Amino acid sequence: MIPTNYYLFLSAILFGLGVVAFIFRRNIITIFMSIELMLNAVNLAFVAFSQAWNHLSGQVFVLFVIVVAAAEAAVGLGIIILIQRNRQSLNVERVDLLKL
Amino acid sequence: MNVPLIVFFALAAIAVLGAVSLIWQKHPIHSALSLIVVMVALAGLYLLMGAEFVAAVQIIVYGGAIMVLFVFVIMLLNAGAEERTSFSSLAKFAGVPLAAALLCTLAALMLTSHEQVQTAAQPGVTAPTKALSAQLFQEFVYPFELTSFLILIAIIGAMVLAQRDRKESHL
Repeated sequence: MIPTNYYLFLSAILFGLGVVAFIFRRNIITIFMSIELMLNAVNLAFVAFSQAWNHLSGQVFVLFVIVVAAAEAAVGLGIIILIQRNRQSLNVERVDLLKL
Repeated sequence: MNVPLIVFFALAAIAVLGAVSLIWQKHPIHSALSLIVVMVALAGLYLLMGAEFVAAVQIIVYGGAIMVLFVFVIMLLNAGAEERTSFSSLAKFAGVPLAAALLCTLAALMLTSHEQVQTAAQPGVTAPTKALSAQLFQEFVYPFELTSFLILIAIIGAMVLAQRDRKESHL
Protein backbone atom coordinates (compact mmCIF):
# COMPACT_ATOMS: atom_id res chain seq x y z
CA MET A 1 0.00 0.00 0.00
CA ILE A 2 1.57 3.24 -1.14
CA PRO A 3 0.95 6.30 1.07
CA THR A 4 -1.35 8.88 -0.50
CA ASN A 5 1.22 11.58 0.30
CA TYR A 6 3.54 10.13 -2.35
CA TYR A 7 0.89 10.54 -5.03
CA LEU A 8 0.16 14.10 -3.92
CA PHE A 9 3.86 14.91 -3.97
CA LEU A 10 4.18 13.59 -7.53
CA SER A 11 1.06 15.50 -8.52
CA ALA A 12 2.52 18.75 -7.12
CA ILE A 13 5.81 18.16 -8.96
CA LEU A 14 4.03 17.57 -12.27
CA PHE A 15 1.81 20.62 -11.78
CA GLY A 16 4.86 22.77 -11.00
CA LEU A 17 6.64 21.53 -14.12
CA GLY A 18 3.51 22.37 -16.11
CA VAL A 19 3.53 25.92 -14.74
CA VAL A 20 7.23 26.28 -15.56
CA ALA A 21 6.65 25.06 -19.11
CA PHE A 22 3.68 27.40 -19.46
CA ILE A 23 5.78 30.42 -18.55
CA PHE A 24 9.09 29.61 -20.21
CA ARG A 25 8.07 28.17 -23.55
CA ARG A 26 7.32 30.44 -26.50
CA ASN A 27 5.68 27.99 -28.88
CA ILE A 28 1.89 28.17 -28.58
CA ILE A 29 1.45 24.42 -29.15
CA THR A 30 3.90 23.61 -26.35
CA ILE A 31 2.12 26.05 -24.04
CA PHE A 32 -1.11 24.22 -24.83
CA MET A 33 0.54 20.89 -24.02
CA SER A 34 1.73 22.25 -20.66
CA ILE A 35 -1.91 22.99 -19.82
CA GLU A 36 -2.69 19.33 -20.53
CA LEU A 37 0.18 18.36 -18.22
CA MET A 38 -1.33 20.44 -15.41
CA LEU A 39 -4.75 18.86 -15.96
CA ASN A 40 -3.11 15.44 -15.73
CA ALA A 41 -1.43 16.37 -12.46
CA VAL A 42 -4.78 17.40 -11.00
CA ASN A 43 -6.33 14.14 -12.22
CA LEU A 44 -3.65 12.20 -10.36
CA ALA A 45 -4.51 14.04 -7.13
CA PHE A 46 -8.23 13.32 -7.68
CA VAL A 47 -7.66 9.59 -8.11
CA ALA A 48 -5.27 9.50 -5.13
CA PHE A 49 -7.91 11.08 -2.85
CA SER A 50 -10.57 8.81 -4.32
CA GLN A 51 -8.48 5.84 -3.29
CA ALA A 52 -7.58 7.28 0.11
CA TRP A 53 -11.16 7.87 1.18
CA ASN A 54 -12.47 4.85 -0.64
CA HIS A 55 -15.02 6.97 -2.44
CA LEU A 56 -15.54 6.96 -6.20
CA SER A 57 -16.55 10.60 -6.72
CA GLY A 58 -12.93 11.51 -7.40
CA GLN A 59 -12.79 9.14 -10.35
CA VAL A 60 -16.04 10.59 -11.74
CA PHE A 61 -14.48 14.07 -11.55
CA VAL A 62 -11.50 12.75 -13.49
CA LEU A 63 -13.83 11.66 -16.29
CA PHE A 64 -15.34 15.16 -16.39
CA VAL A 65 -11.88 16.75 -16.47
CA ILE A 66 -10.94 14.52 -19.41
CA VAL A 67 -14.10 15.57 -21.28
CA VAL A 68 -13.28 19.24 -20.71
CA ALA A 69 -9.69 18.64 -21.85
CA ALA A 70 -10.91 17.00 -25.05
CA ALA A 71 -13.29 19.87 -25.83
CA GLU A 72 -10.56 22.37 -25.04
CA ALA A 73 -8.10 20.59 -27.33
CA ALA A 74 -10.56 20.56 -30.24
CA VAL A 75 -11.36 24.28 -30.02
CA GLY A 76 -7.86 25.39 -29.00
CA LEU A 77 -6.12 23.61 -31.85
CA GLY A 78 -8.61 25.19 -34.28
CA ILE A 79 -7.62 28.59 -32.92
CA ILE A 80 -3.92 27.68 -33.22
CA ILE A 81 -4.39 26.79 -36.89
CA LEU A 82 -6.08 30.16 -37.48
CA ILE A 83 -3.24 31.98 -35.71
CA GLN A 84 -0.69 30.20 -37.89
CA ARG A 85 -2.68 31.13 -41.02
CA ASN A 86 -2.90 34.79 -40.08
CA ARG A 87 0.45 35.43 -38.41
CA GLN A 88 2.67 32.86 -40.16
CA SER A 89 4.20 32.18 -36.75
CA LEU A 90 3.53 30.01 -33.72
CA ASN A 91 5.50 32.26 -31.38
CA VAL A 92 3.25 33.82 -28.75
CA GLU A 93 5.36 36.97 -28.82
CA ARG A 94 4.23 37.57 -32.40
CA VAL A 95 0.56 37.54 -31.44
CA ASP A 96 0.57 41.03 -29.96
CA LEU A 97 -2.18 42.95 -31.70
CA LEU A 98 -3.89 43.79 -28.41
CA LYS A 99 -0.66 44.76 -26.69
CA LEU A 100 0.16 48.39 -25.91
CA MET B 1 10.77 -2.55 -0.24
CA ASN B 2 7.66 -4.15 -1.58
CA VAL B 3 6.81 -4.50 -5.25
CA PRO B 4 4.06 -1.81 -5.57
CA LEU B 5 6.41 0.78 -4.10
CA ILE B 6 9.11 -0.08 -6.64
CA VAL B 7 6.57 0.12 -9.47
CA PHE B 8 5.36 3.46 -8.10
CA PHE B 9 8.83 4.96 -8.01
CA ALA B 10 9.63 3.67 -11.51
CA LEU B 11 6.45 5.14 -12.98
CA ALA B 12 6.86 8.38 -11.03
CA ALA B 13 10.42 8.75 -12.32
CA ILE B 14 9.25 8.15 -15.89
CA ALA B 15 6.48 10.75 -15.50
CA VAL B 16 8.79 13.40 -14.03
CA LEU B 17 11.47 12.75 -16.65
CA GLY B 18 8.85 13.05 -19.39
CA ALA B 19 7.64 16.35 -17.96
CA VAL B 20 11.21 17.70 -17.72
CA SER B 21 11.79 16.57 -21.29
CA LEU B 22 8.63 18.44 -22.34
CA ILE B 23 10.22 21.64 -21.03
CA TRP B 24 13.68 20.84 -22.34
CA GLN B 25 12.99 19.87 -25.96
CA LYS B 26 13.14 22.62 -28.52
CA HIS B 27 10.93 20.98 -31.12
CA PRO B 28 7.17 20.72 -30.48
CA ILE B 29 6.95 17.15 -31.81
CA HIS B 30 9.52 16.01 -29.23
CA SER B 31 7.53 17.78 -26.52
CA ALA B 32 4.37 16.02 -27.69
CA LEU B 33 6.06 12.62 -27.55
CA SER B 34 7.34 13.40 -24.03
CA LEU B 35 3.80 14.28 -22.99
CA ILE B 36 2.58 10.92 -24.32
CA VAL B 37 5.20 9.21 -22.12
CA VAL B 38 3.90 11.15 -19.09
CA MET B 39 0.32 10.12 -19.86
CA VAL B 40 1.15 6.44 -20.23
CA ALA B 41 3.07 6.53 -16.94
CA LEU B 42 0.08 8.16 -15.24
CA ALA B 43 -2.19 5.45 -16.66
CA GLY B 44 0.11 2.91 -15.02
CA LEU B 45 -0.23 4.78 -11.72
CA TYR B 46 -4.02 4.70 -12.03
CA LEU B 47 -3.84 0.94 -12.54
CA LEU B 48 -1.65 0.73 -9.43
CA MET B 49 -4.37 2.55 -7.49
CA GLY B 50 -7.01 0.16 -8.75
CA ALA B 51 -8.76 2.65 -11.02
CA GLU B 52 -8.91 0.46 -14.12
CA PHE B 53 -11.58 2.40 -15.98
CA VAL B 54 -9.80 5.74 -15.51
CA ALA B 55 -6.56 4.13 -16.70
CA ALA B 56 -8.28 2.83 -19.85
CA VAL B 57 -9.88 6.22 -20.52
CA GLN B 58 -6.53 7.91 -19.95
CA ILE B 59 -4.90 5.74 -22.62
CA ILE B 60 -7.79 5.88 -25.10
CA VAL B 61 -8.82 9.53 -24.80
CA TYR B 62 -5.59 11.25 -23.79
CA GLY B 63 -3.02 9.05 -25.47
CA GLY B 64 -5.22 8.01 -28.34
CA ALA B 65 -7.32 11.04 -29.22
CA ILE B 66 -6.02 14.28 -27.75
CA MET B 67 -2.34 13.62 -28.38
CA VAL B 68 -3.03 12.37 -31.91
CA LEU B 69 -4.81 15.69 -32.47
CA PHE B 70 -1.73 17.54 -31.19
CA VAL B 71 0.68 15.55 -33.34
CA PHE B 72 -1.61 16.00 -36.33
CA VAL B 73 -1.70 19.77 -35.89
CA ILE B 74 2.07 19.95 -35.45
CA MET B 75 2.41 17.97 -38.68
CA LEU B 76 -0.19 20.06 -40.49
CA LEU B 77 1.43 23.36 -39.54
CA ASN B 78 4.93 21.97 -40.15
CA ALA B 79 6.00 23.55 -36.87
CA GLY B 80 9.74 23.93 -36.59
CA ALA B 81 11.97 24.34 -33.56
CA GLU B 82 10.85 27.31 -31.55
CA GLU B 83 12.78 30.54 -31.84
CA ARG B 84 14.05 32.10 -28.64
CA THR B 85 12.74 35.56 -28.10
CA SER B 86 13.06 37.73 -25.04
CA PHE B 87 10.46 37.47 -22.34
CA SER B 88 7.69 39.95 -22.26
CA SER B 89 8.01 42.26 -19.27
CA LEU B 90 4.78 40.85 -17.81
CA ALA B 91 6.21 37.31 -17.82
CA LYS B 92 9.48 38.51 -16.34
CA PHE B 93 8.19 40.69 -13.54
CA ALA B 94 4.90 39.01 -12.66
CA GLY B 95 4.91 35.50 -14.09
CA VAL B 96 8.26 34.18 -12.89
CA PRO B 97 7.92 35.44 -9.27
CA LEU B 98 4.36 34.14 -9.08
CA ALA B 99 5.40 30.72 -10.39
CA ALA B 100 8.27 30.64 -7.88
CA ALA B 101 5.84 31.60 -5.10
CA LEU B 102 3.45 28.82 -6.13
CA LEU B 103 6.22 26.22 -6.20
CA CYS B 104 7.57 27.37 -2.82
CA THR B 105 4.10 27.27 -1.26
CA LEU B 106 3.50 23.75 -2.56
CA ALA B 107 6.90 22.57 -1.38
CA ALA B 108 6.44 24.16 2.06
CA LEU B 109 3.00 22.59 2.46
CA MET B 110 4.36 19.20 1.45
CA LEU B 111 7.32 19.38 3.81
CA THR B 112 5.57 20.82 6.86
CA SER B 113 2.38 18.78 6.69
CA HIS B 114 2.65 15.93 9.17
CA GLU B 115 -0.99 15.07 8.91
CA GLN B 116 -1.23 11.80 7.07
CA VAL B 117 -4.14 11.42 4.75
CA GLN B 118 -5.92 8.45 6.19
CA THR B 119 -5.48 5.40 4.08
CA ALA B 120 -8.43 3.11 4.14
CA ALA B 121 -7.69 -0.56 4.62
CA GLN B 122 -7.96 -1.79 1.06
CA PRO B 123 -11.29 -1.42 -0.48
CA GLY B 124 -14.75 -2.63 0.17
CA VAL B 125 -15.33 -1.83 -3.49
CA THR B 126 -15.07 -5.17 -5.22
CA ALA B 127 -16.08 -4.07 -8.73
CA PRO B 128 -14.80 -0.49 -9.11
CA THR B 129 -15.93 -0.08 -12.71
CA LYS B 130 -19.44 -1.26 -11.93
CA ALA B 131 -19.63 1.01 -8.88
CA LEU B 132 -18.16 3.86 -10.92
CA SER B 133 -20.79 3.55 -13.63
CA ALA B 134 -23.54 3.40 -11.00
CA GLN B 135 -22.22 6.58 -9.44
CA LEU B 136 -21.82 8.29 -12.81
CA PHE B 137 -25.34 7.51 -14.00
CA GLN B 138 -27.14 8.01 -10.69
CA GLU B 139 -25.55 10.63 -8.50
CA PHE B 140 -23.81 12.57 -11.28
CA VAL B 141 -26.35 12.16 -14.06
CA TYR B 142 -27.04 15.89 -14.51
CA PRO B 143 -23.37 16.91 -14.75
CA PHE B 144 -22.94 13.98 -17.15
CA GLU B 145 -25.71 15.32 -19.39
CA LEU B 146 -24.20 18.80 -19.18
CA THR B 147 -20.88 17.49 -20.50
CA SER B 148 -22.70 16.36 -23.64
CA PHE B 149 -23.80 19.97 -24.13
CA LEU B 150 -20.19 21.02 -23.64
CA ILE B 151 -19.05 18.62 -26.34
CA LEU B 152 -21.80 19.85 -28.67
CA ILE B 153 -20.66 23.45 -28.12
CA ALA B 154 -17.04 22.41 -28.76
CA ILE B 155 -18.04 20.72 -32.04
CA ILE B 156 -19.94 23.82 -33.18
CA GLY B 157 -17.06 26.06 -32.11
CA ALA B 158 -14.50 23.98 -33.98
CA MET B 159 -16.69 24.01 -37.11
CA VAL B 160 -17.16 27.78 -36.93
CA LEU B 161 -13.41 28.28 -36.51
CA ALA B 162 -12.67 26.02 -39.47
CA GLN B 163 -15.28 27.72 -41.63
CA ARG B 164 -14.26 31.31 -40.90
CA ASP B 165 -11.07 31.44 -42.95
CA ARG B 166 -13.02 30.64 -46.09
CA LYS B 167 -14.97 33.91 -45.97
CA GLU B 168 -12.59 36.37 -44.38
CA SER B 169 -8.90 35.76 -44.28
CA HIS B 170 -8.03 37.85 -41.25
CA LEU B 171 -8.88 37.31 -37.58
